[in-house]
Amino acid sequence: MSGIGREKNRPLAIYAVFYLAFLYLPVLFLPVFSVNDSIYISFPLKGFTWQWYESMIGNEPMLNSLMNSIRVALATATISTLLGIFAAKAVTRYTLPGARPVIATIMLPLVVPEIILGTALLIVIMQAGGTLSLLTVTLGHILLCVPFSMAVLMSRFEGFDRSMEEASADLGENAWWTFWRVTLPMAMPGITSSFLLCFTISFDEFIMAFFLGSTDPTLPVFMWNQLRFPQRLPGVLALGSCILLASFFVIALAEYLRRRSSFNSDPGAITID
Amino acid sequence: MTDAIISLKGITKSFGAFKAVDNINLDIARGEFFSLLGPSGCGKTTLLRMIAGFEMPTCGEILIDGDSMQAVPPHLRPTNMVFQSYAIFPHLSVGQNVAYGLRKDRLARSELDRRVAESLAMVKLTGFESRKSDELSGGQRQRVALARALIKRPKVLLLDEPLGALDRKLREEMQLELRSLQRSVGITFVFVTHDQEEALTMSDRVAVMGSGRAIQVASPRDLYERPSSMEVAGFIGKMNFLMARLIGSDDDRILVKADGLGQVAANGDKAQLNGAEVVVAVRPEKLVLHTSEPASGSRIACHMHNSAYLGDRSHYFVQVDGLKSPLAVSTQNADAIAASELADGADLWLSWSDDALLVLPADEPEN
Repeated sequence: MSGIGREKNRPLAIYAVFYLAFLYLPVLFLPVFSVNDSIYISFPLKGFTWQWYESMIGNEPMLNSLMNSIRVALATATISTLLGIFAAKAVTRYTLPGARPVIATIMLPLVVPEIILGTALLIVIMQAGGTLSLLTVTLGHILLCVPFSMAVLMSRFEGFDRSMEEASADLGENAWWTFWRVTLPMAMPGITSSFLLCFTISFDEFIMAFFLGSTDPTLPVFMWNQLRFPQRLPGVLALGSCILLASFFVIALAEYLRRRSSFNSDPGAITID
Repeated sequence: MTDAIISLKGITKSFGAFKAVDNINLDIARGEFFSLLGPSGCGKTTLLRMIAGFEMPTCGEILIDGDSMQAVPPHLRPTNMVFQSYAIFPHLSVGQNVAYGLRKDRLARSELDRRVAESLAMVKLTGFESRKSDELSGGQRQRVALARALIKRPKVLLLDEPLGALDRKLREEMQLELRSLQRSVGITFVFVTHDQEEALTMSDRVAVMGSGRAIQVASPRDLYERPSSMEVAGFIGKMNFLMARLIGSDDDRILVKADGLGQVAANGDKAQLNGAEVVVAVRPEKLVLHTSEPASGSRIACHMHNSAYLGDRSHYFVQVDGLKSPLAVSTQNADAIAASELADGADLWLSWSDDALLVLPADEPEN
């Protein structure tokens, strides 16, 4: 067989190997140094140890900031995806006066530098007499995440046949039931990816969390604080490795759910099999 | 009409300055198979969607079984629709699709299963309950859409070009099946199509639509035999048109002097004719070719222009003195004249029976 597409392209292959190595090798240093028996991040490696992981368990501030991040990310992902669903449905299903400027406004945080947004929000909150807390961080994250959620969901809503919703109405369901029985299940892959995307963005977001956060930090802010103390760095590496492992499982789970053609339930509670 | 299930009263739908549907008044009888026939953009789908409630008329009123649909949203109307795309819910099984409209009926599980099975049996899909929608062929999807709509036992079933996506053989099968299904369930069908053959085969009555108006509403036979205008005559089947002048009329015949044919008597509706300039229309299969002059009847000399062999039939184009373009003649090949006598240029005779000719008002010369 001598198909043109099957010929080996050696320079391209070498490029690909380097590209992947450049991307992922640094990440692999994380688990490697997290079990290294030394507070200095340098070769040669000393001995093997679990002590950094053990120290994590008793590290109240670290666990606290981890919980903060998870709470902020869950809230952000939920609210952003909800807002994204409503906004995406509105602009793809109804003819709204001024829909384009509205979309442009929602999408604006994508192009405005975060540092500007963070500063601006900080000023507004200060002027309004608000206090900085995880709530303000969450609000900032929602502002950042809604454009992503909207972009994912708009393409999902535009992707399916309008007559699906008309068919539901035709078969006797009002707008509310049509949304639950047709629109939502059909948009579910988009909703899942929007949720995961927003969760990820919020979880590792630093600038907003730094500007709008209080003394109760999220994980990225906490880690940044730790970097000033060299002896705490291996602990951060251990935590980073755990997060790496956890995200691997989350992504694998999401992919598994997606492949199982996830949605096979009709809230109309009629099942015939 | 005494027993109208649908009454359209002065229905107009404008999109900006464009009138998609223009002042339609018609009644559809209970239990009727009614077709809306017309080229794309004639407003037939818009009209169907207004009956279903997806579009609101700009003015006019729709009555279904005597009730005004003015403020009734689609989900409360006694109509169900088979969509052009079928709109089978991809996240549900066939059984769940068919059962979709029964949620509010709160049926017991066994009753629900029975209704679904019954509905699927009606469209010959028994045992398909647990199939996924992506495991269905085009024809099967169409049947599921039909079962899903009929299970609601609507007063009116609306069908938006449901056979358009099927191949020719399947389409012809489905035409017959739909027709007999409609007979057996007795539900009024309103069927939108651009295929004139389809409309003629299936319908009790057909509304021929053009630029938003219903040009003629009649039975398939009347549409074909007694079209009311050149537009309908030209859209339904093939038709020869001859320019003519009105001479006079007696009780049921109209005398005209037609180009090429001279003075002839023809059928027609006198009331429709508004002026001396008229058109004589004659179907190609109502003209008969002869190799020598027939002894009696209306006849005229002609010669062969060219011909086309179509298997069961042949189409001939014959030139008659005094006519600019040749006349089309269609002949069953079973009673054909030997091909050698119909060579191009051959001298022939053309005859027609008394009621073959129809006088129509002349259109403004568009084409």
